[in-house]
Amino acid sequence: MSKPKLVLIGNGMAGVRTLEELLKLAPGKYDITVFGAEPHPNYNRILLSPVLAGEKTLDDIVLNDDAWYTGHGITLHKGKKVVAIDRVRRCVRTEDGTVAGYDRLLLATGSTPFILPVPGRDLEGVVGFRDIRDVERMLEASEKHRYAVVIGGGLLGLEAANGLKKRGMNVTVVHLLDTLMERQLDKPAAGLLQRALENSGLNFKLEAQTEALLGEGRVRAVRFKDGSEIPADLVVMAVGIRPNIELAKAAGIHCERGILVSDTMQTFDPQVYAVGECVQHRGELFGLVAPLFEQAKVCANHLAEFGIARYQGSVTSTKLKVTGIDLFSAGEYQGGPGCEELLFQDPSRGVYKKLVVRDNKVTGAVLYGDTVDGAWYFQMMRDGTDISAFREHILFGQAHMGDSGHGAESHAVRLAEDAEVCGCNGVCKKTIVDAIIQKKLFTLDEVRTHTKASASCGSCTGLVEQILQSTLGSDYSVSPAKKPLCKCTDLTHEEVREAARTQGLKTIPELMGALGWRTPDGCHTCRPALNYYLLCQWPDEYRDDPQSRFINERVHANIQKDGTYSVVPRIWGGVTNPRELRAIADVAEKFQVPCVKITGGQRIDLLGVPKARLPAIWAELGKHGLVSGHAYGKSLRTVKTCVGKEWCRFGTQDSTTLGIELEKMTWGSWTPAKVKMAVSGCPRNCAEATIKDFGVVAVDSGWELHVGGNGGVKVRATDFLCKVQTDEDVMEYAAAYLQLYREEARYLERTAHWIERVGLPYVHSRLVDDAEGRKALCARFLASQRKAQTDPWAERAQGAEKHEFEPLTPQERNNHACIA
Amino acid sequence: MNSWTPIASLEDIPRQGARIVATPEGAIAVFRTLDDRVFALLDRCPHKGGPLSEGIVHGARVTCPLHNWVIELDSGQAVAPDEGCVRRFPVRIEDGMVAIVLPDTLVGT
Ligand SMILES: Cc1cc2nc3c(=O)[nH]c(=O)nc-3n(C[C@H](O)[C@H](O)[C@H](O)COP(=O)(O)OP(=O)(O)OC[C@H]3O[C@@H](n4cnc5c(N)ncnc54)[C@H](O)[C@@H]3O)c2cc1C
Ligand code: SF4
Ligand code: FES
Repeated sequence: MSKPKLVLIGNGMAGVRTLEELLKLAPGKYDITVFGAEPHPNYNRILLSPVLAGEKTLDDIVLNDDAWYTGHGITLHKGKKVVAIDRVRRCVRTEDGTVAGYDRLLLATGSTPFILPVPGRDLEGVVGFRDIRDVERMLEASEKHRYAVVIGGGLLGLEAANGLKKRGMNVTVVHLLDTLMERQLDKPAAGLLQRALENSGLNFKLEAQTEALLGEGRVRAVRFKDGSEIPADLVVMAVGIRPNIELAKAAGIHCERGILVSDTMQTFDPQVYAVGECVQHRGELFGLVAPLFEQAKVCANHLAEFGIARYQGSVTSTKLKVTGIDLFSAGEYQGGPGCEELLFQDPSRGVYKKLVVRDNKVTGAVLYGDTVDGAWYFQMMRDGTDISAFREHILFGQAHMGDSGHGAESHAVRLAEDAEVCGCNGVCKKTIVDAIIQKKLFTLDEVRTHTKASASCGSCTGLVEQILQSTLGSDYSVSPAKKPLCKCTDLTHEEVREAARTQGLKTIPELMGALGWRTPDGCHTCRPALNYYLLCQWPDEYRDDPQSRFINERVHANIQKDGTYSVVPRIWGGVTNPRELRAIADVAEKFQVPCVKITGGQRIDLLGVPKARLPAIWAELGKHGLVSGHAYGKSLRTVKTCVGKEWCRFGTQDSTTLGIELEKMTWGSWTPAKVKMAVSGCPRNCAEATIKDFGVVAVDSGWELHVGGNGGVKVRATDFLCKVQTDEDVMEYAAAYLQLYREEARYLERTAHWIERVGLPYVHSRLVDDAEGRKALCARFLASQRKAQTDPWAERAQGAEKHEFEPLTPQERNNHACIA
Repeated sequence: MNSWTPIASLEDIPRQGARIVATPEGAIAVFRTLDDRVFALLDRCPHKGGPLSEGIVHGARVTCPLHNWVIELDSGQAVAPDEGCVRRFPVRIEDGMVAIVLPDTLVGT
């Protein structure tokens, strides 16, 4: 049976990326043929600048060598330019007469450098900066000649100029405007950049209009409108690019500035897809790799006939790949009406930062000299984070927001090669940079899987993104505005929850079926999330799926590194008594528990219990009234208290009793991530309530409520929510707050991250301003708790889920056994 | 010479789950997928020895509970970019009974 034929025109970054994505989704679906005008296999075009600068070789930047094409059964025609598409006969023809038929056609012809229409443009020594041949011509010139002129002071021009200077040429950058990189930088940042580049030896001629290139045979000089001339043996035109649409146009495919495509990357002819710099999507053209890769993903999804992905445009950011220069820009960097600008300047350190803010949301950023927070700002732009809560500190960076992971001095670029970037997995900078180059990685996800950096606690994510950026030049990791739940779907957490609610989907298989999951039964990322979402949405009806729970929750104990478990009984509000202590001590002795530890949450941890003994230990603890402390779950963990009014000289309220009441109300509830609470009897705050998910601090006239604290990986002090008078108020707020978090946060998102994402004002509006809404949330919480508060230990001690704890025993060899 | 030892009925192993069989050479994890295929692997993750039997089973793969390596149940191979392999044991279903070739019979005692 013959397969449908897919033909790709354009062996560049977007086209081949589409093939890669397609091969992941539906290997072997098509007979694939690729035409590339260049005589090379697919290479990383954006690393041409480092090749020119002598920092990398051409071999370093090949993305897929010939063997890759052969290995995937792809026919590759290198150095063959397609000159005609016959849409009626469905075939394409090259310059030398090669013909290939297609069922689906993919156009990825990129763009061509714009060459100024001035006299002398055809002279020898005048080049664009686009492909390997251009680089080769520049290198050749640098060996024989002295004077180079780069026309165009944008990203590409400056990278070319930097490279040529490093190759020993005397370089002048000519620019029409009075500031460099005007599409990415505002004036002050551009000024800093110009000074730094001048110090490194580049010459600039700004506000200069090129009139002609002079010379016979080879270029000799550049003449300007004002009559002045400068010598030039090499002229690099870097004044812009034009989508390469001639071929498509000639074939009658609708084009404007680029080839028009829909959200599914289809052109006006549905058999013909297009991706990359040659396309125009919702009126926009894209000239950076990150959005093109998003397009590639969507296109592959449709070529594989999954038919569920949509391309909705991208927000992009840029970084100049000139060693020693730290520069980042993204979004609406210029500001304008309706915007505010937050500015930070420290000329002696050469640091300049500007954030453009609209309605308390970051919409643009320009950073010069210190770009370590670029990824953080960019993330906020994409998430639409409300910054009112930390606006005063935002320009000082994430390090000042209580990120204990790495200090403020951690500039990715200046970081030593052997500096440790990811503390959890012991990954140093060099390992990451090498992996990016050698394994050809582009996204944060890829770096995570290949190096494990930032794969655990994630506190070094920003730094890893910076390293990606400084190695590759732009922010690949975060182009999609929409982050899918996992690789099995393109839907976000929110979309999945919404669908479950509105379409009445009540089991995991139903959800996966209705929403077009790519895998038969999901993966370890989506299944636990779906299980939680259904549990939260349908508390009375949903039957928990143990196989979609992480082992800790499945067996109600913490798995430890050696495969044993630890057991933590609940100690209500941190208050215990001799009877309970004796029971715990007896159990520890009887079961020879190797380690007994007081935890940070005022409880006792019994470590090193083999799995098979868990039910027996639980039965014993249960006899003395001890129940599971849920120390293993995405659920309420502890309520820490101080001794309060009853004992303390300073106490003004009975914090202990309130803590116990809170714990009795909330224990057993499943939440998106673990939840910790605390109650302190006075502002001295001995229970450390201001680093808990929900903290209560007594003041003379009642209680202060604090939310969104975290004492873990990334320390975050709580935000003050409001003050209330009575214990009953505290209970109502706590329940409503937990329910809001349960209903709206993404799975595995701690309250700290959730609040940073949605903003304190939002939480305030739902809990404080809307008394009725609060009561309704509280009621829903209490209703869901009716089913939740059963002690899982007691159930299992009585034999529930027995198979979990008992190994199988090989049976006597009876007549089932046979000799093979 | 391989001899098959029945270890359980298929129903004894939860779908998308696993049970273990203790052997002198260590525990063997016997997995059952959503579509009722069975696989047997040594219960030691090639990464740091995590108990694979405790992982989440999806498709014909299991994710180790300790550090999320993903292991192919049919080959015992870690899914790229992780590298490593875990020992497999022959296993089959006959008349609703799961039978396995245990390691001591493999070495031919
Ligand atoms: C020097 C340089 C530095 C850059 N730096 C960055 C950066 O730091 N960050 C960033 O995000 N982006 C950067 N870019 C931009 C990035 O490289 C492009 O956005 C990206 O390569 C576009 O991908 P594409 O597949 O659309 O086009 P291309 O990669 O250009 O591929 C198009 C291919 O189609 C071929 N082709 C065209 N017509 C035909 C035909 N008729 N028949 C056969 N083949 C044909 C061409 O030969 C070409 O190989 C840089 C670009 C350059 C040139
Ligand atoms: S928080 Fe206040 S009441 Fe509680 S122990 Fe500390 S000082 Fe005493
Ligand atoms: S031990 Fe299995 S992933 Fe680490």
